[in-house]
Amino acid sequence: MILWSVIIGTCVGCYLLKLAGLSAPRRLLDHPAVRRFAMAVPVALLAALIAVQTATDGGQELTLDPARLGGMGAAAVALLLRAPFLVVLLAAAGAAAGLRLLGL
Amino acid sequence: MGIAVGLSGLAFGAAAVTAGLSVAQACVLSLLAFTGASQFALVGVIAGGGSLAAGAAGALLLGARNTLYGLRLADLLPWRGPRRLLAAHGVIDETFAGAIAQRTPADARASFVTVFAAIYLTWNLTTLIGALATESIGDTDAFGLDAMGAAVFLALLAPRLREGRREVGVALLAAVIALAAVPFLPAGVPILLAAAAALVVPGGPAPAPPASPAAGDGGPSGQEARP
Repeated sequence: MILWSVIIGTCVGCYLLKLAGLSAPRRLLDHPAVRRFAMAVPVALLAALIAVQTATDGGQELTLDPARLGGMGAAAVALLLRAPFLVVLLAAAGAAAGLRLLGL
Repeated sequence: MGIAVGLSGLAFGAAAVTAGLSVAQACVLSLLAFTGASQFALVGVIAGGGSLAAGAAGALLLGARNTLYGLRLADLLPWRGPRRLLAAHGVIDETFAGAIAQRTPADARASFVTVFAAIYLTWNLTTLIGALATESIGDTDAFGLDAMGAAVFLALLAPRLREGRREVGVALLAAVIALAAVPFLPAGVPILLAAAAALVVPGGPAPAPPASPAAGDGGPSGQEARP
């Protein structure tokens, strides 16, 4: 039940954030500090999510799973080669699955 | 683009069920939140046994960029009343990128509506399939789906890192802050703490207004937005 309310709350919040943009005065965007922070926040959050998902099993312990690391490595190589989004995902999943199949 | 959106939808459905959500909960998120990076962030934190509040806060922080898109799109989508309420739901990476790449306001509106409809259908259908499949498969780690979740984030981040040194600095600092905090704070909170990196890394000149969709930071598809 708590999970349901968090999910509904997230949905409502995400929708209101979208609506706020369409309805708010555009002047907000003209403020350099607001813009800089707003552009940098996704970078920080995404980097943190990548680090935490790669280096933990979700809990409070730092663990390095070789298969998952291999998957991320494959994704990074694919991105450096400017591969399309789809290829990047398949490379990550394929490398991780392959390494697990090998018993890593 | 459709295939990438579809694959991300499958990955989201799988990640959500693996995290312990029901199929219905996964589908409600895709139907009503309809913004990929936020959805992934929420289930990512829940999967780690993190606090639900931290998960929701991370999702909303990521969702805040849709507000910026809305600010930019307001000129192009001059609808009022119920139509605006409906259009607001479609303000995401891909519709933004598509709309502002058009030459005339009429084309922008047409693009917005088309992309919104196509992605909404694909994203929700594949979420359902991914969730149902995962429910019957069980262990998705064998298919490397856990690596795919982080790879989605990496693919979203990559174009932003090419924008400049400040972005790279913010990303590195955020990763270090998050990892350093993991042993000491409840799951999910380190990720929020890392958002502070966006504040403390000194910026060069302020970036120009988002005149072009230089980067997608993750719509429902979590797809790189390249019109």
